[in-house]
Amino acid sequence: MDFSYTEVQQMLKDQVQRFVQKSYDFDTRNKIIASEQGFSAENWALFAELGWLAVPFTEEDGGLGGSAVDLIVLMEEFGKANLVEPFLATAVLGGGLVARLAEGDRKEQLLGEIMSGELQLALAFSEEGSRFNLANVTTSAKADGDNVTISGKKVAALNGTAAQQLVVVARESGEPTSRDGVSVFLVDAASPGVKLQSYPTIDGKRAADITFTDVTVPASNRLGEAGKALAVLEAVIDMATVGVSAEAVGALEMLLHKTVEYSKARTQFGVPIGTFQALQHRMADMFVECQLARSIVLMAAMQIDSSEPEQEKNRAVSAAKSRVGKAIRKVGQEAIQIHGGIGTTEELDVGHFFKRVTALEVLFGNTDFHTDRFAQLSD
Amino acid sequence: MNVDFTAEELAFQKEVREFLENEFPADLKAKVDANIRLSKDDLVRWQKILYKKGWAAPSWPEEYGGTGWSPTQRHIFATEMGLIGAPEPVPFGMKMVAPVIMSYGNEEQKQRFLPDILASNVWWCQGYSEPNAGSDLASLKTTAVRDGDEYVVNGAKTWNTYGQYADWIFCLVRTDNTVKKQEGISFLLIDMKTPGISLKPIVLLDGHAEVNEVFFDDVRVPAANLIGEENKGWTYAKVLLTHERTNISGVPRSKRKLHSLKQVAAATPDGNGGTLLEDSSFKRKVAEMEIELKALEYSELRTLAALSVGKAPGPESSILKIVGTELSQKLDEMFVELAAYHSLPFVPEQFEDDFSGEPVGPGSAASTALTYFNNRKLSIFGGSNEIQRNIICKAVLGL
Repeated sequence: MDFSYTEVQQMLKDQVQRFVQKSYDFDTRNKIIASEQGFSAENWALFAELGWLAVPFTEEDGGLGGSAVDLIVLMEEFGKANLVEPFLATAVLGGGLVARLAEGDRKEQLLGEIMSGELQLALAFSEEGSRFNLANVTTSAKADGDNVTISGKKVAALNGTAAQQLVVVARESGEPTSRDGVSVFLVDAASPGVKLQSYPTIDGKRAADITFTDVTVPASNRLGEAGKALAVLEAVIDMATVGVSAEAVGALEMLLHKTVEYSKARTQFGVPIGTFQALQHRMADMFVECQLARSIVLMAAMQIDSSEPEQEKNRAVSAAKSRVGKAIRKVGQEAIQIHGGIGTTEELDVGHFFKRVTALEVLFGNTDFHTDRFAQLSD
Repeated sequence: MNVDFTAEELAFQKEVREFLENEFPADLKAKVDANIRLSKDDLVRWQKILYKKGWAAPSWPEEYGGTGWSPTQRHIFATEMGLIGAPEPVPFGMKMVAPVIMSYGNEEQKQRFLPDILASNVWWCQGYSEPNAGSDLASLKTTAVRDGDEYVVNGAKTWNTYGQYADWIFCLVRTDNTVKKQEGISFLLIDMKTPGISLKPIVLLDGHAEVNEVFFDDVRVPAANLIGEENKGWTYAKVLLTHERTNISGVPRSKRKLHSLKQVAAATPDGNGGTLLEDSSFKRKVAEMEIELKALEYSELRTLAALSVGKAPGPESSILKIVGTELSQKLDEMFVELAAYHSLPFVPEQFEDDFSGEPVGPGSAASTALTYFNNRKLSIFGGSNEIQRNIICKAVLGL
């Protein structure tokens, strides 16, 4: 048994920490959020140069790893930084589907552009009525000769604002929730018929609701086999779910750390509030939550990297997201409460971490969804 | 033992309900239902409608233009208001400074300030908390130094809600540094237009600058604006805080929220062809909320019964504050759960009065996270829930 990081993983961790210390303080992050693009192109180029954008991809694909454990090492540090650059959208979600579904030259080219930082992606999968059911796809794709015409509406496509290419989940056949008939298409964001409604998200990122009105793409833009993409989509979302769970672990740790520091510095009734046992025990509970969250995310990442059957992996992922979600509520709310009024403002970073974890709780299924999924997979 | 209203009380309830149905403006109701922030004009307009009816100040004695209602009538009125979503009066004038002026102000002050509060002609704000005096309010440092017929005020106040709208501010200021901290505090009324006052908006997690820091830089205030005696302000303030803590259970508002939650759940697809209202996990949580709300409601009624026979509000108000605020926050959380991906957009301007853009998301879904963030304040303000627990420990449990 060994929970230690490999040399490469440790190096990644150190690299991100150095970067954050040097170039990603609270003020800098606020400026990036307020900028037109909503992320720093300079940082993005640096991430490519340092190889971070290659972490989710296997060596065979020209990447640096591709394992879930590699991913969580990076994502945890991103969580500690409350990073807004679209790593998840481009490299994990969009890139994950490209790596698993695209073939030949196209795959090589796309992955090359992702890893070099030239190409940003957004995955358009969730819909107004789909909630967290990945099989629930009503956006239609109709093949006609060499072309496919896509129509429908997607919501909350992360990085939809900046992505040059959209990775679109659409239905070619079957009932709206049928497992069969779901395909993935690459759609240029500038295509006629693509309408973006862009917005900032509660955690300082950008996303878009996207309407596709008779958007025509060459049939060759279909990634993988027609109608058979659902299982791959599920695997990619599972990987991303573990990724955001790790991001949450990092952010929760910061919430705990900042709360403890604040309680030592904030004086009321002549003493630091951290000397009150009523608050000490609550911070101890926050610490326990952080530790359990960390443990279960490691469990899930190792399961994904193992040769266990798919169902076991799914269960592990849902266990992690469910338990992390519980920690998110507890640690997030306590951090604000113990900070008092100042915690409810945009002025301290604690509030921004709270908003990040609130968003992470929603992504790819909230606590209830994953608890139910875990139960169902246990039958 | 019974919780029935008398025939008179039932008639009163009917009268209130009919009045609210007819007179609460439809445009305001639409805004409240859509979770759009009411403007100052909206709030004043509604308050003036109540004033015209003679119902502006349910908690005031009749001699000052109040309703003279019994505690039960006030309860009925607050309940009906909450159920329909009508905003309560902005508390700073009506519920916070007015009782202090009535109890401790002189005749001239009563004449000067109370009628304008009643008629909502003047907007008040609160100058209590300071950056370093929150739960430990008595450690406040803003000073008022007597200079002839004036006080010269210097310092900073914070968590000043709607100070941007206010004409007047009531402040706790330090007038004696040499005594025990509670004994050197005075209660001062200050015209917001006085030179030397400046505001710095504080943006909260929902993106809205609802509160401010207020700075006082050699602000000269007529000594005639002192309430009661110098250095007795803490005593007066404690009275005010008791008033702040009544009606804080928010039972009617939570009932309304719960009702709305069920409606939203019934319209929220579960992704598998059903709705969230049919989802067993969600349904169970709704049930738990409803049960908690019942327990809270009956706790409030017990308090009300005690008040009705002339007992002073005691530490019971701490129970109502703790449970009421935490329940309300839990309901906010459940709205976020319903909204799922639609809770992610951060477009606060969409829920402002003058928004004219294309709205994001279905219904008010994009406001759910904003409300969840904003209402974290509920368990912090009005005496944080930690302070409420301290009160229970000391006053009830004898610890």
